[in-house]
Amino acid sequence: MNIKKILPQLLTLLVVILVFGFFSYNAQINMENRGITFGYGFLSQESSFDVQFSLIEYDGSHSYFRAYLVGLLNTILVSVIGIIFATIIGVVVGIARLSNNYLINRTAAVYVEFFRNIPLLLQIFFWYFAALRALPLPQDTEPMFGVFFLTIKGFFVPAFVWNNLDIFIYSIIAAIISIIFIKIYAKRKQENKGIQTPVFSISIGILIILPLLSFLFGGVDASVEVPVIKQLSQSGFTYEGGIKLPPELISLALALSLYTATFIAECVRAGVQGVSKGQKEAAASIGLTPNQVLKLVVMPQALRIIIPPTTNQYLNLTKNSSLAAAIAYPDLVLVFAGTALMQTGRAIEIVSITMLTYLSLSISISVFMNWYNKKIAIKEK
Amino acid sequence: MNKLNFLQPDKNNFNTYLYTGVILVALSIFIVFLNSFFNKDIISFLPGSISFFLPLILGFIGLHLIRIDYSGLKFLDAINKNINTNNFNAFLSLLIVFVVIKSLPPLLSWFILDANIAGDSKDVCTGTGACWTYIKIWFNRFMYGMYPNAEQWRINLSFIALAFLGTIGFFATEKFKKYLTLYYVAVYPVIAFFFIFFFISGGPIFFDFSYGIIAAVISIIIGFFIPSKFKMYYFIIVPITLYILLKYVFFYEELIELGKLESLEWVETGAWGGLSLTFIVSFFCLIFCFPIGLFLSLGRRSDFPIIKYFSIGMIEFWRGVPLITVLFMSSVMFPMFLPEDMFIDKLVRVIIAISLFEAAYVAEVIRGGLQALPRGQYDAAKSLGMGYWKMHILVILPQALKLVIPGIANTFLALVKDTPLIFVVGLLEIVGMLNLAKTNPEWLGFAMEGYVFASVLFFIICYAMSKYSYNLEQKYKTER
Repeated sequence: MNIKKILPQLLTLLVVILVFGFFSYNAQINMENRGITFGYGFLSQESSFDVQFSLIEYDGSHSYFRAYLVGLLNTILVSVIGIIFATIIGVVVGIARLSNNYLINRTAAVYVEFFRNIPLLLQIFFWYFAALRALPLPQDTEPMFGVFFLTIKGFFVPAFVWNNLDIFIYSIIAAIISIIFIKIYAKRKQENKGIQTPVFSISIGILIILPLLSFLFGGVDASVEVPVIKQLSQSGFTYEGGIKLPPELISLALALSLYTATFIAECVRAGVQGVSKGQKEAAASIGLTPNQVLKLVVMPQALRIIIPPTTNQYLNLTKNSSLAAAIAYPDLVLVFAGTALMQTGRAIEIVSITMLTYLSLSISISVFMNWYNKKIAIKEK
Repeated sequence: MNKLNFLQPDKNNFNTYLYTGVILVALSIFIVFLNSFFNKDIISFLPGSISFFLPLILGFIGLHLIRIDYSGLKFLDAINKNINTNNFNAFLSLLIVFVVIKSLPPLLSWFILDANIAGDSKDVCTGTGACWTYIKIWFNRFMYGMYPNAEQWRINLSFIALAFLGTIGFFATEKFKKYLTLYYVAVYPVIAFFFIFFFISGGPIFFDFSYGIIAAVISIIIGFFIPSKFKMYYFIIVPITLYILLKYVFFYEELIELGKLESLEWVETGAWGGLSLTFIVSFFCLIFCFPIGLFLSLGRRSDFPIIKYFSIGMIEFWRGVPLITVLFMSSVMFPMFLPEDMFIDKLVRVIIAISLFEAAYVAEVIRGGLQALPRGQYDAAKSLGMGYWKMHILVILPQALKLVIPGIANTFLALVKDTPLIFVVGLLEIVGMLNLAKTNPEWLGFAMEGYVFASVLFFIICYAMSKYSYNLEQKYKTER
């Protein structure tokens, strides 16, 4: 070991230790002055604040930990909605971007350039404060298809009222498991005997028949509950029954999916363009039909290019959903790092928990992505 | 005379197909045009759903009829090749054309025809269109935030001066070209720092700035008589010495006197805002995040385990958390980590936080470039006897950075788009000012105009940046 190798490392270590020591020393003194002791015991205390919108039962008598869960679930909800719509829009626009039709190509390009060059926060504000505010009041709303009500107070959609919902869910799970088995069986059969099985139509059939059986014999029953208008006061109206999607959720999901879709579109375009022309020509020359070329040759290779950056975009979307705090959608940052922090004053604990939550989410996804990349990487001999 | 087969147009009855097709397409577009611009429905005698779909059907048939391969007409061939290759494409093209025609009149009337810009109060905005008067009245606030009106020339002057100093590279003669990198990396940021933190901020601290200018001017004048061999050392040592001498030896008494005199008014950073703050924050974060990211990326590929894992930890931490929580940390958690009498300005804290955050992204981008270089480059540099730093500065980094220009440009774009988030700590750049103006009781109900205005501004800035980076990429592209 020579000194040239050890010295820079020791210096780095020393600086890091000094900075951390300085910070923690000051933090200790500051907390002593304010009469706070460091600890996570406050999580079980009564929170005594309300949250506008929550997926699980919650009010002021629940603990801070439950408030954390409410925020986390709301973050996950808006992220999942955003991811679904961003993927749909992104794939469509990405394919449109590859079209040889000049008008479609240009329209998609204008969409991409426009939406990705405007800050996401501005877009969220635009939808929330400008676009959705132009919607009609509950009492003036024209229903869409008779059952959907898009009002300034939110989007009211009919809800399903289930009997024996668990049996229905079990039937779907059973269908999925049997499809997996059929896929494995079909693959083995093709490898051994070279006979192809129509997996896709069989899967669809199972996915329809098993839940249908649960309706017929399992005692599963569903009815639709349509929102009904209700007068609160002289001029205040609202809808009762059904599911209410608050305007905060709508504008956030809208902005997130429109913004992220532009990046996904570019990923899709790059992926499909990344498959070399020779691959398609080679596939066509051994007699595959255009559909087979797409399914067996182009898509597997394109997906290898598309999936890693797209996952990154999903991660970005989830992190960007924290902008919800700006329009008071009760996500993790607003509920926990906002309200709970104001009430308890425990800045270090709460900010660290919030950051750790996001950090563990993104690290677990990136570990998964590394594993996935290794799995699909081209194995060269 | 050949038979007419309308399902398969060919060249034999070229004129018949062409005229019928063109007339049908023109008719369909004409119907939609009349309907949307003049609000006249000439086919209203038809039942509802048919009159709704008729233009689409007519146009579709027309486009089908003019789809004749190798017709010999250049224009027709271009149309067929670009928007009319098959039935599905024709349908989509028609749909896009109709949507554009349909949406033009409302957009035009909102933006221009029914919009108001005259006058200086809310009362003039009676039309159904946009109220640009609102933007006009609030324009100063959107640009400068709460910065006092009488002092705004300082921001203008600084920005113009900095813009001018920034474009010097285009005018430099061959003789000075080799100093340009040094100028942009070392000198320009320092000048910008002086301008923004002393001139825009003002106050007694402004005198520091004026000493700096005096020192610089004196040293430049003397510098002409110094032999070029020593010029480099001279320009590093002499200005700083002069500055210290001026401040603490010659003018120390005067400084105390002058502090009582009238000087540039001090404007606290809380009053800065608007688009100028967007520029200031993005500018400084851009300057700081690049070197930090560069060092982190080198550290991540280092052979020293401690430095390597420290870099990995830094990069993964900042990349894993959303920016808004980082800003939360800088505003509520960071003060807890400092001694009680130590106070760091809000703006400085924000700039540090965003710089560290973006540096992690820059580091990953640069690492991509470093990894893309073939091993032979490293080996060749080593075989010439170069050390670590010499190898990186002369051989590796110039090539790696060239490769990652698009990635770095994307990170910088993300940085500019992230600046509105500083509303978390209470600094109001343009989006924050919009939200403030929107809640002013005298100007309620003009949110749309404000957001459209800001969107256009941001679009212009970001689009120009991305186009510039594309040009840069083309310029530095080298054959490998």
